[in-house]
Amino acid sequence: MATQVAERPADTHTPDAVVVRFAGDSGDGMQLTGGQFTLSTALAGNDLATFPDFPAEIRAPQGTLFGVSAFQINFGSREINTAGDAPDVLVAMNPAALKVNLAALKPSGLIIADTGEFSKRNLEKAKYETNPLEDGSLAKWDVLAFDISALTLEAVKPFGLGNKEALRCKNMWTLGLALWMFDRDRQPIVDWLKGKFSKNPELADANIAALNAGHAYGETAEISGPLKKQHLPPVPSAPGLYRTITGAESISLGLVAGAQLAGLPMFFGGYPITPASAILHHLARLKEFGVTTFQAEDEIAAICAAIGGSYAGQLGVTSSSGPGIALKTEAMGLAIMTELPLVIVNSQRGGPSTGLPTKTEQSDLYQAVYGRNGDAPLPVIASRSPADAFDCAIEACRIATQYMTPVMLLTDGYIANAAEPWKVPDPKAYEPFPATFLEEKNDGDRLLPYKRDGKGARPWIKPGTPGLMHRIGGIEKAQDTGHIDYSPANHQAMTDARKAKIEGITVPDQEVDLGETTGSLAVVGWGSTYGPIRRAVDNARAKGHSVSHIHVRHIWPLPKNLGELLKGFDRVLVPEMNTGQFKTVLRDQYLIDADSLTKTSGQPFQIAELEAAILCYFDGIPNNEGGEVPANAQQLPTPESGHDDGSLKGAHSPQS
Amino acid sequence: MNDMTPIQTTLKDWETDQEVRWCPGCGDYAILKAVQRTLPQLNADPANTVFVSGIGCSSRFPYYVESYGFHTIHGRAPAFATGIKLANPDLDVWLVTGDGDGLSIGGNHLMHVLRRNVNLQIMLFNNEIYGLTKGQYSPTSRIGTRSPSTPLGSVDRPANPCAFALGAGARFVARGFDVSKNLPEVLKAAHAHQGAAFVEIFQNCIVYNKDVFDGFAAPKGAEDRQLWLEDGKPMLFAGGTKGIALDRELLELKVVDVVDGDWEAAEVLVHNARNRSIAHMLVELPFGPFPMALGVLYDDPRPTFESAVAGERERAVDGKQADLAALLAKGQTWTVSGTAADPA
Repeated sequence: MATQVAERPADTHTPDAVVVRFAGDSGDGMQLTGGQFTLSTALAGNDLATFPDFPAEIRAPQGTLFGVSAFQINFGSREINTAGDAPDVLVAMNPAALKVNLAALKPSGLIIADTGEFSKRNLEKAKYETNPLEDGSLAKWDVLAFDISALTLEAVKPFGLGNKEALRCKNMWTLGLALWMFDRDRQPIVDWLKGKFSKNPELADANIAALNAGHAYGETAEISGPLKKQHLPPVPSAPGLYRTITGAESISLGLVAGAQLAGLPMFFGGYPITPASAILHHLARLKEFGVTTFQAEDEIAAICAAIGGSYAGQLGVTSSSGPGIALKTEAMGLAIMTELPLVIVNSQRGGPSTGLPTKTEQSDLYQAVYGRNGDAPLPVIASRSPADAFDCAIEACRIATQYMTPVMLLTDGYIANAAEPWKVPDPKAYEPFPATFLEEKNDGDRLLPYKRDGKGARPWIKPGTPGLMHRIGGIEKAQDTGHIDYSPANHQAMTDARKAKIEGITVPDQEVDLGETTGSLAVVGWGSTYGPIRRAVDNARAKGHSVSHIHVRHIWPLPKNLGELLKGFDRVLVPEMNTGQFKTVLRDQYLIDADSLTKTSGQPFQIAELEAAILCYFDGIPNNEGGEVPANAQQLPTPESGHDDGSLKGAHSPQS
Repeated sequence: MNDMTPIQTTLKDWETDQEVRWCPGCGDYAILKAVQRTLPQLNADPANTVFVSGIGCSSRFPYYVESYGFHTIHGRAPAFATGIKLANPDLDVWLVTGDGDGLSIGGNHLMHVLRRNVNLQIMLFNNEIYGLTKGQYSPTSRIGTRSPSTPLGSVDRPANPCAFALGAGARFVARGFDVSKNLPEVLKAAHAHQGAAFVEIFQNCIVYNKDVFDGFAAPKGAEDRQLWLEDGKPMLFAGGTKGIALDRELLELKVVDVVDGDWEAAEVLVHNARNRSIAHMLVELPFGPFPMALGVLYDDPRPTFESAVAGERERAVDGKQADLAALLAKGQTWTVSGTAADPA
């Protein structure tokens, strides 16, 4: 066992939050280790947020730098809003995992490494010339290095597994150690293993033995090494049933709930694309909820079939990412022209073109709000977190069906993959918004397919309804009758009517998320920047600064009070993972001098980056506000990371 | 529809109050009339009938038929129709497209609607030209077609719609032409077929590509140049004096003379609409050396896409409760009461 302790003043203080990163080869089962550690964290009553980081390669060669899989969790005895800036603890199951993740580790953070994997061959694969565990290069960190592989083999010996199978219990050994470190109960994991391997009790017992051995090891290691047991007290949270949820799951469930609240079957047209495919995968398993999923021949067919589904009386939904959304654009125009309900989910990723398929960005806001030919307004909603995506999806279904319009729901690669605790909602707590279909002529003995109701919406008429035969299409419609009409006055009137309908959509007034309703600085965010902005504003407020956090869900139409609200602040800062798109919208709509803080490295903002940007408003140095946050080499996702297609949870065994 | 009384309509019932805007003399008029004549014979219900089209001259069709109609976007009508049929398989869907709409911008969707075998009728109006955009050559234009975009004549080889359909996996392939009196019979056969029924309809664009089909469509000498195929009947033309036989050495079709009506002696083939190999030969028959093969070239149904999707849904749903609250609470959960948490 090689242990090493970084030199620093004695520290007996228990932090209120800890960041742990589990990293190993993609075959080491790090996602499962992370998932179960997350569960134990939740059971301990800590708040948490997680972020998985997978290799982009489908089957990366073992031991390589691009085959490293990692799972980061931030948990604490206070509210947690992000997966954490830099880890306090790095568990490295092989040299490649150490190499890829080391830069991120906090100074004097703890490295736990499996020496059994630090063979000459693995060191070479990780491009290490000397063994970092022995050459002194890790001096600024605490290191706890020992042969986890051998200890695991020893622990599972009684169960007669083959060497390869026995070594696959390493992740449970490591989990056992982590559970000891943070004073966690092993029983839920034991129960889970028993359930998981109900058909193979030998494997269950071996994994449990490994788990127990790792836990027992903690006690021994504590005596002489850098390992300290820490107990983070629980955070008080609202009583109720909780689970963890990723954005992709949350959107899928929200769409199902939204369709139920509208009283409609759902027709989902999709085409495989990263990182949106997970929604198609989730929904494909929910046929009993009246969901039909259709994997189309391309993105265009996916949205066209969804519009066909809506035309025939179901709730049409399609989902994609930037490049696919671009392909769907013409069909969106048709849905706007024919005024049919449709929900379009855009899981944003880095662009333009193919861009960064597995990385997050918020750069499709212009595309969502403005990106169609003609004056083609549609509502845009942005979810701020995995849990929030559920409510946003319901909201999108409500607006689409009540206003007979396509709705764009924005999420991103970060939200799609990240997980957070979710207080399981009671579906009955949501107000239903039943869709209605026209059953008889609506103007004496005449049918007027484009006669508008008080909200500006036209009636929804299902083919198959006797006596209501009519024709719709993409050519400009005459008011009321819907006949083809190219006349100048009619086009003016219909353009105005389409615009007024969208602008008249009822959206809740904008609230201030944190802080006062007036003051020196408003930090205005949208989408997945919610977590880091909230934490950074909280920190700045704790330092006594007059700063508030405003987070906008309804990107279009904007909340009616937003302009006035923003005018109550001396300065407005808009942090975005793009070059300043929402800032431009706000400047245009309200003529306010909003500053932009941008980050376009495919990585989420870190709390520290935002806090530093906020403090620039209070440091007395003129003209240093806003600007660009540079790429951060220490941050997840790593350059080689991939994405979750929704299959990781169900399909993988504890070892995979 | 629970009411089993056959729907009685007349041609007039299928006419809308919209002024038809095709050029005077356009072949589309004749096709529209043929469809409006056919629908009453099918006991079709206007309320249950949907015409879906893309973009182009032919795609104006839905505005002129008193049923439900959806004039969509260029080339994508098959995708809309697929969504409509999956959402409501009871609807009777007719898809109207053209050679540009269906084989150029929409070739991909046409391929997949045929491959999937969605239960609908596809009418592809082939006039070998882009009419609505004022006369550019199309994917079915013959080599040498002079048009605004090919002033020296087109050089690319044309697509063969029926060969495309068969290659894409279509289980029903038929041909007709705008002014043919047989067109309603072809349409009726298409409607009777359960699955994607593909009908190529040669259509005369009198403005940009006048009379390009006169070789076989002109009334004079038509008998000699049209081979009307009927299931179970010998492949005869020219008043029964000529027939189609198989050259067994070259494995290709050939024209044979029939003496005194004895087609059996001449080894004239009897049309078997389920024979896919012969269908491949029929769709490829070069016009000139051979007459134009018309009528139902191939008809061999397979289960439809909608029925397969519905069947899979039934099996998947069997015994499952659509309990949303239970779905939301799925997976590993825990309960918070005050500050303590317990596994659920």
